Amino acid sequence: MSKVLMKGNEAVGAAAIKAGCKYFFGYPITPSSEIPEYMSKALPEAGGVFLQAESEVAAINMVYGAGGAGARVMTASSSPGISLKQEGITYIAGAEVPCVIVNMMRGGPGLGSIQPGQADYFQSTRGGGNGDYRTLCYAPSSIQEIVDLVILGFDKADYYRNPVLIVADGMIGQMMEAVEFKDPAPIDLPEKDWATTGTGGKRQPNVVNSLFLQAEELQAHNDRLEKKYKLIEENEVLYEAYGLEEAEVVLVAYGTTSRIVKTAMKQAEAKGIKVGIIRPITLWPFPHDVFKTIGNNAKGILTVEMSAGQMIDDVKIAVEGRLPVYFNGTQGGMVPTPASVLADIEKIAGGTK
Amino acid sequence: MTMVYEKSKGLTDVPFHYCPGCTHGVIHKLVAESLVELGVLDDTIGVAPVGCSVLAYKYFNCDMQEAAHGRAPAVATGIKRVHPDKVVFSYQGDGDLASIGAGEIVHVAHRAEKITTIFVNNAIYGMTGGQMAPTTLVGQKTTTSPLGRDEALSGKPIRISEMLATIDGAKFVERVSVDTPANIRKAKKAIKRAFECQIKGEGFAIVEVLSTCPTNWGLTPVKALDWLKDNMIPYYPLGNFRNFEEGK
Ligand SMILES: Cc1ncc(C[n+]2csc(CCOP(=O)(O)OP(=O)(O)O)c2C)c(N)n1
Ligand code: SF4
Ligand SMILES: [Mg+2]
Repeated sequence: MSKVLMKGNEAVGAAAIKAGCKYFFGYPITPSSEIPEYMSKALPEAGGVFLQAESEVAAINMVYGAGGAGARVMTASSSPGISLKQEGITYIAGAEVPCVIVNMMRGGPGLGSIQPGQADYFQSTRGGGNGDYRTLCYAPSSIQEIVDLVILGFDKADYYRNPVLIVADGMIGQMMEAVEFKDPAPIDLPEKDWATTGTGGKRQPNVVNSLFLQAEELQAHNDRLEKKYKLIEENEVLYEAYGLEEAEVVLVAYGTTSRIVKTAMKQAEAKGIKVGIIRPITLWPFPHDVFKTIGNNAKGILTVEMSAGQMIDDVKIAVEGRLPVYFNGTQGGMVPTPASVLADIEKIAGGTK
Repeated sequence: MTMVYEKSKGLTDVPFHYCPGCTHGVIHKLVAESLVELGVLDDTIGVAPVGCSVLAYKYFNCDMQEAAHGRAPAVATGIKRVHPDKVVFSYQGDGDLASIGAGEIVHVAHRAEKITTIFVNNAIYGMTGGQMAPTTLVGQKTTTSPLGRDEALSGKPIRISEMLATIDGAKFVERVSVDTPANIRKAKKAIKRAFECQIKGEGFAIVEVLSTCPTNWGLTPVKALDWLKDNMIPYYPLGNFRNFEEGK
């Protein structure tokens, strides 16, 4: 298939439809409003239903209903809207309902700003809702990647019966790039024989539920969820990494920030500094193991984020104290400059940081 | 021997957990019988609330989803949009529907969503131990209004049926009670009609059922029925607020 030029937010919608998503429930918010706008036209044309909900709370609970009823369903929002969806997300995780949730992150806390940000890392990876649950969380760094991950995300959601988060910053939602809509790799998906479709008088009733009043029952349910999360940790880690063996400085960044960091990396290499990079593509599960392949030349790790320092906690866990971990961050819609990253690289390599 | 009474096929064999004299059980029975009599039980998907009837998903003999507190109308919307040919209902208490879920119920009506809502108004938060609900009567003592609901502090109780009847998408709105056999018969008729409203594709339908909570009202089951008649019905008048005309 040939490439088409598309804005990130619209590409998200097109990718979902390509993946067989038939239902979208959402509430407008900058910088993700082009997703519901696109879906309001494209989904009915594809034989689906777009519904503008009265709030993000209602939208995610509609997603819970539709996903529980067996459909491929998506919602999308930006940071404050995603905060409101947390109630629904924990119910969806608890009841093991598949769905895809897109967060085009903006600055926070509170109303924050409408500029791009990466300050929802904690919320995305630690579960903004209550209880012991995990959401598979993809962090694309280009429009092509967001298209691929949305399509993959629907399969993974169905496969694991789990909500899948796509976490990008507003920049990716707003920019345009050429993309190709590739057919996903075939995957064996289980029948949705648990869904609420009406018994048709042919089977016992199905119940979609996250309540287990007996302590033993809930413990058993949590144990089962934990097993599933372990399986996801074993099988679904995605990252991009290179130059780790020789690196004096290792950069860690995801999403838009990783693109900036790569520019700084080239500039540093031109100055003779060996730099490696780890770009997590799944934020959860986090690519802990790749940090073990960092070679003995390394003097330090530099984590670059559009936040006050959130992913850096996972980097420190992964590094297990073997190397110092430094931080370069911007907030409020400010974007880290290659120059500031280069300056940090030089300091770490020169032993002055 | 001839069978003179049997449990509705619309209910499972799981015994109810409700307190003695609680009328949630009567209302379950009316909903179940209506679904069976309309011949739609096997094509029905119900949504249970958070409240004393949280375990309704174990009692109704059809597919069920358990919703977060107040969100049943949104969950039901998601289900109905996926299965427009199925019957979808929500069963909700007054804390669930009139307080935390007030937004969801208004908008499900405003969209004329083709679902049926059974709204059980017992003027109290039963499950959490008898706190004040938006429907608690002025002067009524609860654990969070120990001196009786104070109008100056908390306002007057909200009349949901009257409010929803102002919304065009609500095609059937009726308030009933289950305090006497005669009223139970009327309640059943209204519930059936509310499901017919959905089956005929008219729009949103709701039946508000005045119900007792002997446990948290601190009354015997019989005295609770009297209290409902003497205190609730005068403030929450029974009757139809909106009905659809066939084919119109
Ligand atoms: C988000 C949230 N807030 C509060 C609660 C606690 N809670 C459970 S049931 C309930 C009130 C239920 O009252 P009502 O809807 O009137 O039902 P009833 O028990 O009277 O039938 C509350 C406040 C909860 N489960 N979830
Ligand atoms: S607490 Fe009240 S509403 Fe709940 S089961 Fe008991 S009597 Fe019924
Ligand atoms: Mg109540």
